[in-house]
Amino acid sequence: MTKQNSNNLLLSALPDDDVLSQCIHCGMCLATCPTYELTKLERSSPRGRLKMIKSVARGEMKISKIFAEEMNFCLDCQACETACPAGVKYGSIVEAARVVVEESGYGKLVSRFLKYIALKIIIPNKSLLKSTARLLRFYQRSGLQKFLHKSGIFKMIAPKLTEIDNLSPTVSSKFSDNHLEEKISSAVPTKYKTAFLTGCLMNVMFDEINSDTIDVLKALNCDIFIPKNQVCCGSLNEHNGDFETAKSLAKKNIDAFGQSDYDFLITNSSGCSAFMKEYGHILKDDPEYSGKAKIFSSKVKDIMEFLANVDIEKKLNILNDSVTYHDACHHVHTQKIFSEPRKVLQSIPELSFNELEESTWCCGSAGIYNITHYDDSMKFLERKMNNIMKTGSKIVLAANPGCISQLKYGAKKFHVDVEILHPVSFVKKSLNANK
Amino acid sequence: MTCLNNHVKEKIKSIVGAKNFLDSVEDKLCYSYDATALYNQMPEAVVFPNDGEQISKILKLANEELFNVVPRGSGTGLSGGSIPVENSLVIVMTRWNKILEIDDRNLTATVQPGVITGQLQKEVEKLGLFYPPDPGSLNVCTIGGNVANNAGGLRGLKYGVTKNYVLGTEMILPNGELLKTGGKNYKDTAGYNLRDFIVGSEGTLGVITKILLKLIPVPSKFITLIAYFDKLSDSAKAVADIISAHITPSMLEFLDSTTINCVEDFTNIGLPRNADAILLLEVDGRGSAVDEDAEAIKKILKRDGASFVHSAESEGEASKLKSARRSAFSALARKRPTTILEDATVPRSELPVMIEKVMQASRKFDVTFGNFGHAGDGNLHPTCLTDERDNAEINRALKAFDFIFNEAIKLGGTITGEHGTGLSKKEFLELAVGIPAVDMMKKIKLSIDENNILNPGKIFSISPRCEGSLPLSRDQIKDYVS
Repeated sequence: MTKQNSNNLLLSALPDDDVLSQCIHCGMCLATCPTYELTKLERSSPRGRLKMIKSVARGEMKISKIFAEEMNFCLDCQACETACPAGVKYGSIVEAARVVVEESGYGKLVSRFLKYIALKIIIPNKSLLKSTARLLRFYQRSGLQKFLHKSGIFKMIAPKLTEIDNLSPTVSSKFSDNHLEEKISSAVPTKYKTAFLTGCLMNVMFDEINSDTIDVLKALNCDIFIPKNQVCCGSLNEHNGDFETAKSLAKKNIDAFGQSDYDFLITNSSGCSAFMKEYGHILKDDPEYSGKAKIFSSKVKDIMEFLANVDIEKKLNILNDSVTYHDACHHVHTQKIFSEPRKVLQSIPELSFNELEESTWCCGSAGIYNITHYDDSMKFLERKMNNIMKTGSKIVLAANPGCISQLKYGAKKFHVDVEILHPVSFVKKSLNANK
Repeated sequence: MTCLNNHVKEKIKSIVGAKNFLDSVEDKLCYSYDATALYNQMPEAVVFPNDGEQISKILKLANEELFNVVPRGSGTGLSGGSIPVENSLVIVMTRWNKILEIDDRNLTATVQPGVITGQLQKEVEKLGLFYPPDPGSLNVCTIGGNVANNAGGLRGLKYGVTKNYVLGTEMILPNGELLKTGGKNYKDTAGYNLRDFIVGSEGTLGVITKILLKLIPVPSKFITLIAYFDKLSDSAKAVADIISAHITPSMLEFLDSTTINCVEDFTNIGLPRNADAILLLEVDGRGSAVDEDAEAIKKILKRDGASFVHSAESEGEASKLKSARRSAFSALARKRPTTILEDATVPRSELPVMIEKVMQASRKFDVTFGNFGHAGDGNLHPTCLTDERDNAEINRALKAFDFIFNEAIKLGGTITGEHGTGLSKKEFLELAVGIPAVDMMKKIKLSIDENNILNPGKIFSISPRCEGSLPLSRDQIKDYVS
């Protein structure tokens, strides 16, 4: 194959010219872009990146180190999509550009290696993920972690390793899929027939949130179907340009959940619900799965979206906490879920709900961005923690595991005295407040 | 001609520091555009100066080495004013974003040119003060860009445009000197009124480094109204009737059905997809006068055939309606990838005729228009929905605008109400203002900018001056060109 041909093949991964031409570079995105706000450089802005992608796609500009850096500097928070009147699908365009960057060899070696191990090998394989988590749990609890931190060995290898190690959430003592029954029937007549995705990271790192979600669903008289053979939703693969693994995971989930009849497929991680709502789209050309995928996607509901539309108000008890709410990007920008969690939380009697300034700004977690771009991530986090501090709230609610870990880390690093909770855990607290 | 070669670039770098100097192809590409359709050109380099002295040195160097300098804010302009020209260096002012002083005894604000208009508004409103000019891009655009283009906005009808709020400026002239104009005095007749002359000069006379703005007390009460019309001509009549009833709303905006549908696709706030036109109005002020105005307007709207009239029930609803209107230009890009937005303006009484002329242009040249704008002050935004990759269609679009500008001028109107002349309308300038006016502008420009190095080719073109006799023989031409 000639170099020209391989280059063309590489670029074919980018969206076609019609899609890339939709941006009229009006600049309405600039005010919402965290990276532009940080550098004030056009190349770190959505319209600048789109201009570069378009030039690369048209063969007018070569893929370069700067191009690669900018594609990966982007948080993919999609705040620009919310702001874009022209309706440019920026997220999917930049994700495609990242594939091209990876293939062209301009990606960072470390992040490529990390992504390869995590996304291609561990996450798609449930038992391997759990074994890895067990290893990590041993590391975190045996004293080895503390020992290594004290020994200064991390500082010798790479100074940031300590920080990055601190960023990873603690592995749960139990894994959700081990202790949750496959079928949970409502004790009183069933009100809602639901299914539940335990998730990949949620399953091993955030079992408590999964258990809280199940308890809330139980309190609402739901039947809950939790298929044992479900897998990771595939969103992490999709965001990092590994479309094939993402599709194969999607199909596995469609089969697993297809074994039972339910009306709502509940998730408590905004990244999962956002991506599972896209199954219909990503499998639209698959003769066997297109129909099933469409139905599957139509039933997906984020837990807060579900709670906003059911009869929960009367069951909520007084809580006189002072809380604020951080909008996860995959909630507010990808799924446009904004008013729903507020509606649920504000119906908790006597709760002091304080709006967070820039609540829809990314906290800098953004998948594995806080590992691959630690320094930048901390700047976004600092801005977020400052805004949190200004609300005076004692509790911050966030509906995504990535945000929760990042905000917990931020509270420690920037000395902000707040507790970080998933909103569903807080709802559970209110349901139980009278007991 | 001398070029912005590496030797010159090194000199520029030593002035601003290496980290404030960019000349990668990626960066040049990312400063090759603003929000204007059809125009783009890469600069030779981009700088972020830290202080006035650096700007002064750059301009002096530009005169020595004969390269061009193009000042730029956020790059949201709509006439190509900040698009680089040949052999040019872009000076980006966005990092000059400090509000230096809000003086609540004199009701003024002193700002750096890179301050975002919307942010200034938020800050002064915290103190009960008001900075009215509100261009559609107010969350992004800079005060410096607003002053350079004499930007307008939704509230122009009652509150005027940027020029009505500029009390003073500081700018670095093309020869490197600092020019200060105006001050905190409300009255000042010392000499020529240079201050107002700088407003709207589109970065051709100097690089603005400081701006003194007038503030007014914030109105204590707002009522926002929306009215739907089944017939576009009825909405135009309602506008005329409101004005002739001697009511001055702070906002009187018009959107046609194409625009309504694009905006609704973006905002999902329940705008009427079947309406032929909507009017969005706001009255503001104090006490019961505001209610009286709102009632009188409602009566006129209904009498003139509005199928539905509603006043916003909360501040949230009002601001949703207004930001929906502000998204109109960009939302129109949902239909076609290229949106050529113009701002032909006519005396208010001629608005219904002008709207009809835009529809005529659409039919005559077979191109699609979305039409919206500041109906209350006669400032329309006929927007051609097209595709820059289709040359034939672009040609028809340009002919349609030629027609629209000519018709506007015939009605006693002008080619641009608030976007500036820039690149996109300079060929119509003579038609709009006359030859003596353009001649005077050129003389002023050359007396301030001898070598025509600052944003040349904007507003008008100055043909290169020939010294000595013209080259005639082949050899002479060869020598001349090289």
